[in-house]
Amino acid sequence: MSDSIADKAARATPPRVARKVRGLSDRAIAWIFVAPTIFLLLAINIFPLIWTIRLSFTDFRANRQGREVEWVGLRNYERILTDSDVWLSMQATAHFLIWTIALQVILGFALAWLINRKFKGNDLWTTIIVLPMMLSPAVVGNFWSFLYQPQIGLFNYVIAFLTGQNASSFDMLGSVDLAPWSIVIVDTWMWTPFVMLICLAGLRSIPDYIYEAAEIDRASQWRQFFTITIPMVLPFLMLAVLFRGIENFKMFDLVVQLTGGGPGNVTTLTSIDLKREAFEKWRTGYASAYAIILFVTVFGLASIYVKALNKVKER
Amino acid sequence: MSSYSVTEPSQKSKTVAAVLVIAYALITMVPLVWIILTGFKSPADAISYPPKVVFDPTLEGYVNLFTTRTRVTPEDLEALGPPETWYDAIVRQYDMVIAGPSKFGERFLNSIIIGFGSTFLSIFLGTLAAYAFSRFRIPLADDLLFFILSTRMMPPIAVAIPIFLMYRQLGLSDTHLGMILLYTAVNISLAVWLLKGFIDEIPREYEEAALIDGYTRFQAFYKVVLPQAATGIASTAIFCLIFAWNEYAFAVLLTSATAQTAPPFIPTIIGVGGLDWPAVAAGATLFLLPVMIFTIVLRKHLLRGITFGAVRK
Repeated sequence: MSDSIADKAARATPPRVARKVRGLSDRAIAWIFVAPTIFLLLAINIFPLIWTIRLSFTDFRANRQGREVEWVGLRNYERILTDSDVWLSMQATAHFLIWTIALQVILGFALAWLINRKFKGNDLWTTIIVLPMMLSPAVVGNFWSFLYQPQIGLFNYVIAFLTGQNASSFDMLGSVDLAPWSIVIVDTWMWTPFVMLICLAGLRSIPDYIYEAAEIDRASQWRQFFTITIPMVLPFLMLAVLFRGIENFKMFDLVVQLTGGGPGNVTTLTSIDLKREAFEKWRTGYASAYAIILFVTVFGLASIYVKALNKVKER
Repeated sequence: MSSYSVTEPSQKSKTVAAVLVIAYALITMVPLVWIILTGFKSPADAISYPPKVVFDPTLEGYVNLFTTRTRVTPEDLEALGPPETWYDAIVRQYDMVIAGPSKFGERFLNSIIIGFGSTFLSIFLGTLAAYAFSRFRIPLADDLLFFILSTRMMPPIAVAIPIFLMYRQLGLSDTHLGMILLYTAVNISLAVWLLKGFIDEIPREYEEAALIDGYTRFQAFYKVVLPQAATGIASTAIFCLIFAWNEYAFAVLLTSATAQTAPPFIPTIIGVGGLDWPAVAAGATLFLLPVMIFTIVLRKHLLRGITFGAVRK
């Protein structure tokens, strides 16, 4: 339809001008414009992925070049799926995922709902709340390990002050019971604003007339909240959960700097475990299989989730 | 209650909301304020209990951040005569002299080069691809777009294994070019996705008018579409820059000396008996403050960009 104007103009112009108008054909331009991006992604994303798949069937070790590489078939996969350490790191990841998402959804939605009261200066305070998510997780995580010091840390001091306990009686990073929560707290501090912003976009997308109609029908505030606000924001909220889920499944920098996976293995998330296998133990083939398993897991879970999300959107 | 309006919250609920949100914002700020304060503390003040809010500010952290120092005997120190500069004076309190500059300056510069280099490349390639996806019929366009986006689901460590091997073969390990290409590859999916949205919003009629006026397609692209998309391009650039600036996993695995950026370096600043927290905090402040200021100044574009990028699909 929109082509027709240009087409008509092209037909009406003399051939020499027409050639100038067209220059390169649209088709050629489309490919010239898209090709570099596709090439870069093929070279730095897809080719490495294929290489990883290949390596995952071998016993290759990147620190021993020149050594004979043997095909081991599915043995790497077998070993990973029966390795109790891998399952422990999966559990640590699940604990981290479930709690960060739960806390961020509750806090993020509550904040968005409050900000949507449109009090004076709300955009400035929104920006201040957003600051942590813009910062480098590694640098911030490193500094949080200072705040968590049992003797001198500000976090311990504040908790001690509020609860009357001794500040050196608990060690957020050194204790097996507390360390998994220490990373949940920092991640929640950093990423609640993301969920908040998405919820805010959802709340602002609800047209006023729906509430006006509900008011005419004398629906109570509670009823309006549960029958209008929640269902209308739900697709946005689910999207925020998808993004946080994918990101936190990949989590590496923040936790490495905070706990380094310790104490013992209690905060060894899958990414940290993978890094140890690949770049400390140099079991490249094994780590490649591990990487493929993680990728398939994220991709599979995300695909199922997106299907559910689309169903919610259709309603 | 007769004047009650459903769309305008009551004054009381506004006040309650404001108090709660401001309280949360203030708590959120505490760790950030603490980083900035710790940068101006002496090592003793930084680790005192209870934590000190009021203290004598000093630039020791910043001096330690930018220099390396060696310990000398008091006699040698006396033989050197009075300190020539204020930073010499600070260091000499601890029986030390400045041995030379530290690596922080270099690392910071690397962050700038790699950050801006990869941002420029992502935006350049991303804008071209986004324009093509927005305006032309490309076979399998939806599949290609989904493929571009799905590359972000891979854990960085998983990608790092073959990249590490590939870069070793190609001689790109620990080089600026290698890191710029890598960050561009990571960023470009988001860039194409965001930019396509911005370009979709520009009416096609503008270009068609330009084409009729005798512009080539390419001229129409950079004389008509680009200026219209400028704000969109700028806010996409900010996201790419922030990602590259903050990235840690690839940087720590693939760089060690020449191309190492600041995030893997800052946590390794060692003082006497463990981490030198004022110096670490000083480095963190210098590294984080530009992003904080950026965020506050450009908040309108940034906040819109975050929700826009996430909500669009």
